[in-house]
Amino acid sequence: MAHILDDRQKQVSMAGANERTIDCNKASLAGSVSQRACVFCGSRVVLYPIVDALHIIHGPIGCAAYTWDIRGSLSSGPELHRLSYCTDLQERDVIFGGEPKLYKSIIELIDLHKPKAAFIYTTCIVGVIGDDVEQICRTVAKEKGIPIIPVQAPGFQGSKKDGYKVACEAIFTLVGTKSKPFTPAKSINILGDFNLAGELWILLEYYKKMGVHVNATITGDGRVDDICNAHNAALNVVQCSGSMNYLAKMMKDEYNIPSMRVSYFGIEDMSDALYDVARFFKDDDMMAKARELVKEEFARLMPELTWYKERLTGKKAAIYVGGAFKAISLVKALRLIGVESVIVGSQTGTTEDYELIKQLCDEGTIIVDDSNPVELSHFVKEKKADIFIGGVKERPIAHKIGLGFCDHNHERKEPLAGYEGMINFAKEIYATAMSPVWKFTKG
Amino acid sequence: MQSNKTYTSTRNSCKLCAPLGASLVFKGIEGCVPLIHGSQGCATYIRRYMISHYKEPVDIASSNFSEESTVFGGSKNFITGIENIIKQYKPKVIGIASTCLSETIGEDIPGHIRHYKESHETDGTLIPTFINASTPSYCGSHADGFHNTVLATVKTLAKNNTATDAITILPGLVTPADIRYLKELMADFGLKLILFPDFSETLDNEYTSEYQLIPTGGTPISEIERMGDTRAVIEFGSMFNKGTQRMKDAGNTQTAGEWLETTHYVPNNQMPMPIGIEASDRLMETLKKLSGNEIPEKHRKERGRLVDSYVDAHKYVFGKKALIYGEEDFASALADWLREIGVEPLWIKGADFETLKEKAVDFKPDFVMGNSKGYYIARERKIPLIRIGFPIHDRFGASRINQIGYRGTQQLFDMVVNALIEYKQENSPIGYKYI
Repeated sequence: MAHILDDRQKQVSMAGANERTIDCNKASLAGSVSQRACVFCGSRVVLYPIVDALHIIHGPIGCAAYTWDIRGSLSSGPELHRLSYCTDLQERDVIFGGEPKLYKSIIELIDLHKPKAAFIYTTCIVGVIGDDVEQICRTVAKEKGIPIIPVQAPGFQGSKKDGYKVACEAIFTLVGTKSKPFTPAKSINILGDFNLAGELWILLEYYKKMGVHVNATITGDGRVDDICNAHNAALNVVQCSGSMNYLAKMMKDEYNIPSMRVSYFGIEDMSDALYDVARFFKDDDMMAKARELVKEEFARLMPELTWYKERLTGKKAAIYVGGAFKAISLVKALRLIGVESVIVGSQTGTTEDYELIKQLCDEGTIIVDDSNPVELSHFVKEKKADIFIGGVKERPIAHKIGLGFCDHNHERKEPLAGYEGMINFAKEIYATAMSPVWKFTKG
Repeated sequence: MQSNKTYTSTRNSCKLCAPLGASLVFKGIEGCVPLIHGSQGCATYIRRYMISHYKEPVDIASSNFSEESTVFGGSKNFITGIENIIKQYKPKVIGIASTCLSETIGEDIPGHIRHYKESHETDGTLIPTFINASTPSYCGSHADGFHNTVLATVKTLAKNNTATDAITILPGLVTPADIRYLKELMADFGLKLILFPDFSETLDNEYTSEYQLIPTGGTPISEIERMGDTRAVIEFGSMFNKGTQRMKDAGNTQTAGEWLETTHYVPNNQMPMPIGIEASDRLMETLKKLSGNEIPEKHRKERGRLVDSYVDAHKYVFGKKALIYGEEDFASALADWLREIGVEPLWIKGADFETLKEKAVDFKPDFVMGNSKGYYIARERKIPLIRIGFPIHDRFGASRINQIGYRGTQQLFDMVVNALIEYKQENSPIGYKYI
């Protein structure tokens, strides 16, 4: 495949038993126009939905400006996370050090907002100019009596995935620092749902119906106090495992809390997420309630989904999303409405994820890690995809070639998780596949 | 409550970083792929930000700094980056913007370029033209990055070869519709034009059915080369962020127009961005002089209709107050225009959105005018936001807004008047059918 750079050839494979294992987990190739961002981005997106904490970015203005109100992570209360605070370092700060500015910024913003905690993100140049951010955090924490957590996220120190790890470490400094008077025995933490378009609230409703207590939501609609008490839950239920497995592992090691990997996309995975929790608690009543819920939702959804399936069968989709585990759910969800996935890729998938995709997809499906516009545009042409599922940066690639597009990323306004989300997803795929505008793009 | 407290931190920034401005300029050069020399995130964030506004593919490469490049220097990643861009895109030009990181560790980008060229001199590689702009984000804003990159490009390419009767226009950060308007206007005056940067097509392309790796359009380098020979320069702007943020040579940086005048003796006509009748008149007068022609009837009539609409609608706008923000050259031109129609503007140079929000408490604006990021202020105050400039992330058609010249002013004027009428209508218990 000539359009794939030599150094990237091993990051592309096909579905099928004899195809090669994908090379992944490596730095993006310079000049390849990767769709990935950086360490800072990884940490920022994970911590962003903690709504009662201050998020202050220590560095020049860009990193703060581009991440202002960037995710559609909804809050049921405070909305501190939607504000963009930055020390906005200038040339003189770079020369003489940015510490005084950082100190003053944290103090004034705490006085202004009285947050529960503050996350201080360091960006590329902060380490280089030698600011001692940890020391300032300790000083302010002592003065103000709230946790001030340094998030060491210089962009160059790895990839977006390394940023997830940095975020997990930051969260972990809070876990176990406070105990609420009472946490029910059958309680879980939800890890890796970011409450985009209110998706978390849909899940909370399901678990409530089953009699499961949700302790901390990390980080969708997240609260500092809940995170501090997260060690009192019986189980960590982890979605978006790429970002949150590390936190689950640390909590297992330190507090002996087991975890399970789930996905809330598509009715198969959604139902498994409920059953697995009931199974974990070995609670017949909980399982019965889960079955009833799933049965009801199935009865409601299937006629509608069948209607979509009849109309969408034969359509082909290209998937390129952040995490590969989400891609796997999408393949299944699309299959349910008759759509075949012909390209499946992600920015940060692991070997296991890609192997799973290889088994799951039909032979010939292209599987790709850390792709770019040149490759993606070739792949969709080659595979004659009808629909592209991705994020903001993939949209114009799809649209310029005349493909329908479904946003499955931060900016979505319609929930796509849960049973409700499956219907929305089908609606969106249908709307984009069936729009009459494509008659002007053909031929 | 009104707060006169000043803050050390920047709260909801109005400005963006310099490499974004550089990327915009590079997108206005034909056959150019921008390369941001820094971490991967810089390129990706800027792409995402521009894509959400222009709704077009924006491919920007990154040298993808690692720990190793930060400690030992980025030359290896730079060279790999250049090689991979050439393999994938076969560009005529590679536009390189530095970042806070590469500037802080003292990267010698001209040296890297030299090194690359030397190592490929004899192996038959088609070596693109390199343009290098210094755009650390700790110096000013995206507007600084834009101006620095225009200057760097012109300095790199402009020559003195043969005389041409074309006129150079350096419009600054305007919209694709504005650029198309300027081309039409110049043609109507019978004037030949070299306009830079021209992203009217690269960032507002037609449906192409193929993914153009490098979108068609942009100012050809052959034209930028001829700028030193053009008859005159027209340069929009009054502030140009003239290096005010730089410690070295603060306030002494030249604009590209000034540089063309002092180095190539091309007379520079610097004027505020032509928003409003008076500012547009100034442009037309200049074009009259340069062409020896009267204002073409089409444009004379556009002025006439604009005056007519000013008269018809003056009562809706008189005495109103507007909170505005944006790049300095744009916001100051907008402020002048608002005064021209009897609206009192509040523009605080360099202020962030939270400061503007606090100032609005006493100022009590009737509407907000600027990019889409001020929406939350308008929403809180329950007043209209009139979206213009960059970025507009929550509406369609940003590229199609014409905001300069008589025609653009007409569009802005209609937007303002209608927003005020709509506000009155929506907030009245009567439900007026005539207003």
